[in-house]
Amino acid sequence: MTSTSATKYETVIGLEVHVQLQTRRKMFCGCSADYADAVPNTHVCPVCMALPGVLPVINEKAVESTVMTALALNCSIPAYSKFDRKNYPYPDLLKGYQISQYDLPLSERGWLEVEVEEQPPRRIGITRVHLEEDTARLTHKTDEAGESYSLLDLNRSGVPLMEIVGEPDLRSPEEARAYLVKLRQILRYIGVSKANMEEGNFRCDANISLRPRGATAYGARVEVKNMNSFRAVENALRFEAERQTRALDAGASITQETRGWVEGEGTVSQRSKEGADDYRYFPEPDLPPVTLTAAQVEAIRAPLPELPDARRRRFEQEFGLPAYEANLLTESRARAEYFERVIAAGAGSGDASRRKRARAAANWMIGDFARLLHASGLEIDDARISPADLCAMIALVEDGAISGTSAKAVFEEMFQSGRAPAAVVRELGLEQISGSDEIAAIVDRVLAANEKPVAEYRAGKQEALKFLVGQAMRESRGRLNAAALTETLTAKLREKA
Amino acid sequence: MSIDRETVLHIAKLARIALTDDEIELFRSQLSDILGHFDVLDGIDTDGIEPTAQILPLENVFAPDVSRPSLPQAEVLKLAPLTDDGYLRVRAVLE
Amino acid sequence: MPELTSLTAHAAAALLRAREVSSRELTEAALERIGAVDGRVHAFLTVTAENALAQADAADQRRAAGEDGELLGVPVALKDVLITDGVRTTCGSKMLEHFVAPYRGTVVGKLFDAGAVMVGKTNMDEFAMGSSTENSAYGATHNPWDLQRVPGGSSGGSAAAVAAGEAVYALGSDTGGSIRQPAALCGVVGMKPTYGRVSRFGLVAFASSLDQIGPFTRDVRDTALVLNAICGHDACDATSAPVAVPDFTAQLEAGVRGLRIGVPKEYLPPDLDAGVRGCVDDALAALEAQGAHIERDVPLPSTGAALAVYYIIAPSEASANLARYDGVKYGFAYQEGAGMWDNMEKTRGMGFGAEVKRRIMLGTYALSSGYYDAYYLKAQKVRTVIRREFDAAFAQYDALVAPVTPTPAFKIGEKADDPYAMYLNDVFTLPVNIAGLPGISVPCGFVAAGASELPVGLQIIGKPFDEGTVLRVARAYEQTADWSSRTPPL
Repeated sequence: MTSTSATKYETVIGLEVHVQLQTRRKMFCGCSADYADAVPNTHVCPVCMALPGVLPVINEKAVESTVMTALALNCSIPAYSKFDRKNYPYPDLLKGYQISQYDLPLSERGWLEVEVEEQPPRRIGITRVHLEEDTARLTHKTDEAGESYSLLDLNRSGVPLMEIVGEPDLRSPEEARAYLVKLRQILRYIGVSKANMEEGNFRCDANISLRPRGATAYGARVEVKNMNSFRAVENALRFEAERQTRALDAGASITQETRGWVEGEGTVSQRSKEGADDYRYFPEPDLPPVTLTAAQVEAIRAPLPELPDARRRRFEQEFGLPAYEANLLTESRARAEYFERVIAAGAGSGDASRRKRARAAANWMIGDFARLLHASGLEIDDARISPADLCAMIALVEDGAISGTSAKAVFEEMFQSGRAPAAVVRELGLEQISGSDEIAAIVDRVLAANEKPVAEYRAGKQEALKFLVGQAMRESRGRLNAAALTETLTAKLREKA
Repeated sequence: MSIDRETVLHIAKLARIALTDDEIELFRSQLSDILGHFDVLDGIDTDGIEPTAQILPLENVFAPDVSRPSLPQAEVLKLAPLTDDGYLRVRAVLE
Repeated sequence: MPELTSLTAHAAAALLRAREVSSRELTEAALERIGAVDGRVHAFLTVTAENALAQADAADQRRAAGEDGELLGVPVALKDVLITDGVRTTCGSKMLEHFVAPYRGTVVGKLFDAGAVMVGKTNMDEFAMGSSTENSAYGATHNPWDLQRVPGGSSGGSAAAVAAGEAVYALGSDTGGSIRQPAALCGVVGMKPTYGRVSRFGLVAFASSLDQIGPFTRDVRDTALVLNAICGHDACDATSAPVAVPDFTAQLEAGVRGLRIGVPKEYLPPDLDAGVRGCVDDALAALEAQGAHIERDVPLPSTGAALAVYYIIAPSEASANLARYDGVKYGFAYQEGAGMWDNMEKTRGMGFGAEVKRRIMLGTYALSSGYYDAYYLKAQKVRTVIRREFDAAFAQYDALVAPVTPTPAFKIGEKADDPYAMYLNDVFTLPVNIAGLPGISVPCGFVAAGASELPVGLQIIGKPFDEGTVLRVARAYEQTADWSSRTPPL
């Protein structure tokens, strides 16, 4: 995008996100919804196969999960909602209609706060969150004779699917990505979905248009599909924005159409579906409406956890953590809760020491802990080291029982074995040396063995001190209290001068 | 109320039904006739009347989130006109 | 020993209880009767002799073990729209010619648990769309009273089977009159319960907000007994009513003294068949003589719009319900087309008969963009008006009485080319489905037509979930006449 064009047009993006809900049974039948690694066509019953004579029954958990999501997205929950039939014959749609929600969805009018680096957060409108059912999975193949055909696996047919329709409030591909990241984070926080784009349980279609900066009317809109990762969404939207910019700059108009994202190629016009799109929505006669009283809505709201934004702000205020650290700590609910358990394990200490401990805990969690988890491919819930032990280890450092250098070795051993810090310290012989005689003896040995640096220091070269500290640490295998060592070392250097 | 051949073809496409030429003309004429009789509805005042989609005043009929066994794969495939290695098979959807 | 093929279920149960007859004997008699007459009547699409005898033997064993039950060991015929596991369910359509479901419908399960013996699956208008059973892909059923005439429809096979002595009772489905109209035309009792009374799980859907399963029997007591067996809430049907099911035989003999019975003005139009009018008038006089207060000219002013409401709502729902028959996962599949869509369209073009295609087209049109408000939404609003008119009538009357059909049975082929003329058969029955009410057809006389005597039915309509009163009025009337002792001249 040229800089002139970048300022000439405003990009307008709205996202439609489909999320598979994590329920035990499917949306309208008793088949297990957990089909991820299943043999094809083994999670199928007369209902999700749409045999003659079957009827749907609404999965209560799916309704609750949708309402919970809507509440987390600041939506209002109408007292009356219903399901409708959306008619479109297609081989992957077993009944020939999808049970969805048309004019009276479970929720409407919410928002999500999105932040792009170095810009103030913006509220992106949520049009509605509604509930429907997933289709079966079609795979396209070509046989040896060149004949193309499709294979149908019904396992996905009827899995609860939540659609989150966003307002066209997003203004850049980066912001679109940030919206998706935030949405996924919330869905995982509240535990309604695995929300994994690569696994297909979090899917995104985008509408994108350009308009002259300052204009209020929307430009012709292009729907972009087939994006299988956050990066693909960002890249596809960037590509499409540039394509539209070039077209507009060349005086061409934008065709309202559907385009598919092809990795390495760009967005490609998709031939419009044969036959007109006329979904002929009408109320689903097999399903009575859903009515929710204020009390019922509150009962669904009650178990909602503290959401990432609120938690991040609280971490900043309560523990004095910098935004960057608070953000990392609240990235997942599991990490945030682990962190809070570390702090809680040290209860009883005063506010200042609590903040100090929080900083230490944050450093460990963002640093060595995250690195070790990543290296071993573990999630924080799988870690062998308990929050209480991490807290105890931090206390050992604070109390001067082990040095900061030793703590790294202790932590690594705790991470591998899951053993308590005191035992690890004893076993590794890493108790800190703080007796002044012992420190003096080590310093004497170091000074005797390093005449040249000693002379340089005395000649005014301050950097030599650092070298001598390092030598003393090596001599003590890191067990020396750094402050006490420096004090003793400088005193002795001065004394012999 | 009279509908034309184009409308019949459009509706047949939406409903995914192949019609013969004779059927197209027959349905055009019969549907026109039937729709003509629906004018009687115009005589009923429905201002302020709520539509009835379901006759019983039921609401919130839910199933608890418990899964049950599915059909054996063989039972599913046995019904299908064409199968292929555990899948149902159809001609290419993308034309 | 009475003729085994003309017994009522309760009479059969009495004989079984007294060990005067076995279920095997009853079943063999029914199967023999099918063999003797069904070549002419064509009530059955599938006769399940072997299964039936196995079920009969099992029922005899249950009785030998001390079990009793009103339907235990009694032969029944099921309309081929009810899903039976292991026995094909065709819906009278080429689309499902070889379709054998891997599951059992709720009502079929209840009957089988009660020890019913299924002798076969009966003929019907394809997907229950029709009023004559001529729309079956497997040929028409003939009225046992006059083989040149239709038995009514869509449950014509079930009505004819009971009238012809091929089963003691039968089940059908009623979306706009598909039980009551053939019952009237075949001279048997047929009832549509209140919408939601009987589970629809395992009933192949035609119009989901109107469909209801019900019985065909030889007398009103049998209707009550069958209702006792098939009614009740079902967790598999979200529209099934969570209401208690009374013993429907309890009020049966209570009589009509003091009951307020209304006769809707619009159901006795000037052009009503004179024979039908005469039978209905006689029946009203009989009820009055029994002590009922009869009030004529009860207004149901929107009755004239009910046909339009029905033929918009039912085809609209059907257009979606029948979208699943696409040749992809089961049933008839055309495979020689140019591609997937061509195959799908030809599967549906060739697999469905003319009436089914006509109604799918009609419903698709009524729901399509630009027409939804004028047709579908308007019909739904008029549905509300019709229901309120019934509510107003029932604020004053305990039951409504009317004819079932405008004429007795017509000749096969007579209305085949005029869909709208065929639709008019249901003018008195379909408002009851629109309002979700219980309604029964009970024989109320015969009219002569050439050499034939053709049955006429009396319709009794009740308040929602007040099948008890409907049955009570029907039973009171039934006792004043002896129509059920007549049997068709087969």
